Amino acid sequence: MIRKVVNNVGEALQGVEDGMTFMLGGFGLCGIPENAISELVKMEVKNITCISNNAGVDDFGLGLLLQKKQIKKMISSYVGENDEFERQMLSGELEVELTPQGTLAEKCRAAQAGFPAFYTPAGYGTEVAEGKETREFNGKMYVLEMAYKADFAFVKAWKGDEAGNLIFKGTARNFNPCMCGAAKITVAEVEELVPAGELNPNEIHVPGIFVKRIFQGTNYEKRIEQRTVRKRN
Amino acid sequence: MLDKNGIAKRIAKEVKDGYYVNLGIGIPTLVANFVREDISVEFQSENGVLGMGPFPFEGDEDADIINAGKQTITTLPGASFFDSATSFGMIRGQHVDLTILGAMEVSETGDIANWKIPGKMVKGMGGAMDLVASAENIIVAMMHTNRAGASKLLKKCSLPLTGVGCVKKIITNLAVLEVVPEGFLLLERAPGVSVSEIKNATEGTLIVSRDIPEMKI
Repeated sequence: MIRKVVNNVGEALQGVEDGMTFMLGGFGLCGIPENAISELVKMEVKNITCISNNAGVDDFGLGLLLQKKQIKKMISSYVGENDEFERQMLSGELEVELTPQGTLAEKCRAAQAGFPAFYTPAGYGTEVAEGKETREFNGKMYVLEMAYKADFAFVKAWKGDEAGNLIFKGTARNFNPCMCGAAKITVAEVEELVPAGELNPNEIHVPGIFVKRIFQGTNYEKRIEQRTVRKRN
Repeated sequence: MLDKNGIAKRIAKEVKDGYYVNLGIGIPTLVANFVREDISVEFQSENGVLGMGPFPFEGDEDADIINAGKQTITTLPGASFFDSATSFGMIRGQHVDLTILGAMEVSETGDIANWKIPGKMVKGMGGAMDLVASAENIIVAMMHTNRAGASKLLKKCSLPLTGVGCVKKIITNLAVLEVVPEGFLLLERAPGVSVSEIKNATEGTLIVSRDIPEMKI
């Protein structure tokens, strides 16, 4: 067994520097690497590029890094829930690259799986395809999209073991598995870290080979963005 | 004329037994409330769930189980969770049978614009570009005109496009229309709405090839 465990978030983020590109898992505030984000705020790293489907809300998730003006560029598919984001984008302080959601996921997965690029129909004929190579396959038009290159991927899982194997819960899975192994260093934080052998190998979602460092996360807030419920009778 | 629930009710009739369906935000979300109970349908949400159920009972909500609108949801027996690349694999690979989404504009050649208004805050396209570029069967659910009263069914979209030549069917508060090579083919009128009212509200080419029946809802 190759042991991937580090003692805490500080150790997990060793090597993080200004100007780097990070992938961050999560959809909205669901399944975001809360501990890694807090540590990035604490470390005061600047001029970072973040690849993340969303940009958090004003006071949580990536919004915490935006507040401190640590982000130079955001690569996302949807950024609608954040006033500070809007202010920085309109004032030109923040660079934003909007990418179709499926393309964003696949650009991560391609990096993980060793594909330099792929063709997708998404965005053909729109401004997303401007300046990109297009090609016809079987009568349909496709756009060439490049795999991402990132320094760190920060992901969050429900359970993980010493070998870096991961299991996710519900829709908190989202982009997290696609980002594992898609950056030079993948850091996984988990709600429950267990000894090797305790997780059933049949039920592993991400094999440990894609994870470089794993640590037991703490104080998960798991904020709900839209609490929608039914009344009991 | 239909209200939003009326549009959703009419669209629900397009949902067939055995369909996997992706519902967009807004009117499309309402469609789930009106699907016949005697057919088997599974709703997909692109953030990674198939087999979505209703909202949870108070106290049962789980931050780890949400839909693409970031709302807390439940799952039904037979449901599954998956990652985002797999989710868009289902969409791009045309395994999802029907996509229902809203639009700001649709052109008579089936172009759709629903993600960006120049000069206003740009929130992003989310999964809309993947959905419209991939789905074989797309229904647009929208009001026939915008708040200023201008037609949303145009010869050519004026807003930045989400996809090109992809819309097949449009269901509005006034009518059911199909996009054909010649333009918008009028199929049905909403209750109490005349063909001339629909003509007046449609800027693109409207084809009225026969007596137009009133919708049955």
